[in-house]
Amino acid sequence: MIKKVTTHLSQNEALLFERSSPGKKAYQLPELDVPAVDAAVALGAENVRQEIEGFPEISEVEAIRHFTRLSTWNYAIDYGMYPLGSCTMKYNPRINEVVARTEGLAWAHPYQPESLSQGCMQVMESLEAALAEICGMDAVTLQPAAGAHGELTGILLIRALLEKRGNPRQKILIPDSAHGTNPASAAIAGYAVESIKSSETGGVDLSALEQLVTGDVAALMVTNPNTLGVFENNIVRVAEILHKKGAMLYMDGANMNALVGIARPGDFGVDVMHLNLHKTFSTPHGGGGPGAGPVAVKKVLEPFLPTPRLKRAGKKLAFDYKRKHSIGRVKAYYGNFGVLVRALAYIQAHGGPGLRNATMDAVLNAVYIRKALEPYYDLPYQSPNMHEVVFSDSRQAKLGVRTGDIAKRLIDYGFHPYTVSFPMIVHGALMIEPTETEGKLEIDSFIDAMISIAHEIETDPRMVKNAPYNTRTSRVDEVTAARKPVLRWKPA
Amino acid sequence: MYPDNFRYTKEHEWVLADGDAGTIGITDHAQQELGDIVYVDLPKVGTRIEAGKSLGSVESVKAVSDIYAPVNGEITEINESLADAPEKLNTDPHGAAWLVKIRLSNPEEIQHLMSAADYLSYVGAEK
Amino acid sequence: MLETCGVTSPDELFAHLPEEVRLNRTLNLPPGISEYEIVEYFRSRASQCALGYASFLGAGVYNHFRPVLVDTVVSRGEFLTSYTPYQAEIAQGTLTAIFEFQTMICQLTGMDVANASMYDGSTAVPEAAMMAVRATGKARVLIAKSVHPEYREVLSTYAKHQAMPVAEFGYVAESGNLDLEDLESKMDALTGAVIIQTPNFFGIVEQVKAAAEIAHRHGALLIVVFTEAVSLGLLEPPADADIVAGELQSFAISPSYGGPYAGIIATKEKYIRQMPGRLVGQTTDSRGNRAFCLTLSTREQHIRREKATSNICTNQALIALMATVFMTVYGKQGLRELAEQNLAKAHYLAGKLKPRFSGKFFNEFVVRAEGKSPEEINKTLLKKKIIGGLPLGRFYPELADSMLLCATETTKRADMDALVEVQA
Repeated sequence: MIKKVTTHLSQNEALLFERSSPGKKAYQLPELDVPAVDAAVALGAENVRQEIEGFPEISEVEAIRHFTRLSTWNYAIDYGMYPLGSCTMKYNPRINEVVARTEGLAWAHPYQPESLSQGCMQVMESLEAALAEICGMDAVTLQPAAGAHGELTGILLIRALLEKRGNPRQKILIPDSAHGTNPASAAIAGYAVESIKSSETGGVDLSALEQLVTGDVAALMVTNPNTLGVFENNIVRVAEILHKKGAMLYMDGANMNALVGIARPGDFGVDVMHLNLHKTFSTPHGGGGPGAGPVAVKKVLEPFLPTPRLKRAGKKLAFDYKRKHSIGRVKAYYGNFGVLVRALAYIQAHGGPGLRNATMDAVLNAVYIRKALEPYYDLPYQSPNMHEVVFSDSRQAKLGVRTGDIAKRLIDYGFHPYTVSFPMIVHGALMIEPTETEGKLEIDSFIDAMISIAHEIETDPRMVKNAPYNTRTSRVDEVTAARKPVLRWKPA
Repeated sequence: MYPDNFRYTKEHEWVLADGDAGTIGITDHAQQELGDIVYVDLPKVGTRIEAGKSLGSVESVKAVSDIYAPVNGEITEINESLADAPEKLNTDPHGAAWLVKIRLSNPEEIQHLMSAADYLSYVGAEK
Repeated sequence: MLETCGVTSPDELFAHLPEEVRLNRTLNLPPGISEYEIVEYFRSRASQCALGYASFLGAGVYNHFRPVLVDTVVSRGEFLTSYTPYQAEIAQGTLTAIFEFQTMICQLTGMDVANASMYDGSTAVPEAAMMAVRATGKARVLIAKSVHPEYREVLSTYAKHQAMPVAEFGYVAESGNLDLEDLESKMDALTGAVIIQTPNFFGIVEQVKAAAEIAHRHGALLIVVFTEAVSLGLLEPPADADIVAGELQSFAISPSYGGPYAGIIATKEKYIRQMPGRLVGQTTDSRGNRAFCLTLSTREQHIRREKATSNICTNQALIALMATVFMTVYGKQGLRELAEQNLAKAHYLAGKLKPRFSGKFFNEFVVRAEGKSPEEINKTLLKKKIIGGLPLGRFYPELADSMLLCATETTKRADMDALVEVQA
């Protein structure tokens, strides 16, 4: 019995190029208040293009209908729970959208005089301070555009420090449970990557680590809680082992939603970390971005932070461009400011105690789901979980149904799937992160759906394998898409 | 299933040698494990290959697998038809979907590889 | 819920954390505030910024009107609050829009394929350079001094630890165009990429064909950068490039003090597998209907890890959607007309001043400040509620006496006349 959803009609819609017809327009421009210029003369005839071949021509009503119809083909947080593990798909408060559009902020040009940018700079200063307090760190750069960009920045900072100490070293250690961006970022920073196996409880194996940390290891990148949702109980020891050998501890803050207000990475030995404002701090994911990936560091790494740095001189804020140890710029201008505004609004709305409550609710929701689904799905790691829980499909796989199939069937019940087949250390993983913004009603109906699917698999596995049935698009042929790539529209 | 005149590796490549002329491919077991193959990345003719080192890769939608050279040698020809029809690797991995032809540095090396019978019991045990 | 979890208070859920890691106090942050107070706070911050000023700043970030449909579309929760479209069956809206975006970027740039977006123009440059180095197997990169200075800084940060030596070549002092002789003399057998920008940082339209000829003759790829996307409404597409790396801020993305914007990388078909970033492809569903999905993802970090083409994961989907709506609203005719208005305004202003360079320009140009310094001129202008041009000394010491001025369709004739009065 599917309680949450029923089918409804959705509109068909052609591509823009197919519904285009010559002469239609959706724009208005004012009359020119200066003389027109002949482009061929001003730019040189050889530099002026013919028409933009294939570009759409449609009316305003057609344009709004086009995008509205398309939008209804998406699932979204606004429709319901989005339990994607490690993605922290929480409600995106609309107040954030409103304040990000405040005119003096949204229309501030990055090169306008600093004297006319004090408001923007104060927003950045306040956010830097709040994030430093939340992380227990000494300094924050807001420049990186996303999590992976923050990782790259953080590893470059470590390299700069070690270089200054005489040897940048060659290797970064990364647990096999890590997100793929970790090794990719380390590689761009010029490091070799050595994978370390997780222990039986899903954590870092201390004795293995002790052996691996040699004089050529620059850092360990850990995600804490790790991708199983398990807190690294030995984290203080881990930091000690690294520090003893002159190596650094990098923390991927993708899972900070489990820690805010409860524990601070800076207090448990982390030297540098990034945050994903589009996860923990509620800025919308927008179908894939934009995000922001601020990096927080201990004092010893501060001299190396990207240029420019915000600094206060009495009542005025200014940017400091003359920093001789800086790793340089990682992005033009100062960061994804519009995303920073949203994150600060979120922090202000919650305040200190509110942020801690949010963390407790996030963990409560995840533990509740674990208890409810444990009788039906295999739980490969028994350690206490925090904000997310990872099951495996091993019971269902015996009947030929894999995690990807269960995920697709979940769509028929009106939910977005959980994260499928990640982390890779769990064969056939179902990674579930409810976040704090789901209430008991929505979570109970998710649990009902998961239990119902477990029963369906026992009675009719074939049916589950062919799901979804209620979507306007059935299973998509990804194989043909990859074998014969069609990456743009072309006229027939 | 597995031709007797081929030799096999633990990484699921096969090699067929005639004197110093060899042909390399991936096994039926390998294509089954990978699922639908969508792309094959092969080296240029003239490239030296080293036993146990990657000579290229095979991709499915969500995985990339290295192809390891079973023996030492030099590439003399690549199977151009796979660029347009990688799906052949799923249907005929031991025949039309060979990957590269090589000149073996030392034809004796194939003696160290598995026979068809050994390979069959090897993949049996792996399952 | 607590009962199901086997605890009596939520605090017990954290009992397994070692004492030494716990924060035994509340965060030192003010208590939560209401919506009303938050709006007030940000309004008050905004009041300490430039409000009600006319501005002649460009230099990579442009003041163009944002058609109202843009916010209407991107405010829809279905676009705003959805994740990356990995589950194709329930993400066809985002996927279809990205496919349209990729198509329009190809139409604009003359390239065969475009990705679903990069963080911004500045980070698209090093990504394009790394791509060219992979494709050619040659590590050296030559970049024109007339490429946006901050983009060049980002390139040098990325290149430093990848054994990717970066060298610069100059511009002709009289015209502001690429110094092709300098480029030719600096080319060598190890150079895998030549990077130019058009219109360049000084607003001048570059000789893409000539640069391509030099790059190709030496076995390097040509990367063409753009920061002013509106120029593509009028300018010949850079089809001689091998890779185009650009910034779409001009397409309905508010300046927002420097971000978020959206970058793109577009290229020729043969380099698809070297390309970073997400790609959407067309296919069918099991009923045979047209459908779209993310494709060729084996290039990406979540599969290839340290061997990936890039570490990029999150991109700028919603911002790319703004650009998509913008391109749809203006369309074939509108984008041209918009570009013509920009051209007319900038040339009106330039006609009253003396541009420093003789090269053909689009909507930006450099002027030498006569008698006074650019900073002094700007100070005078501020009193008239006008933000003048960007003084160039910060980036180009040899141009310390000059500023970069920009005029768009939003620039008013009266403000231009007021500027001229102070400047002249």
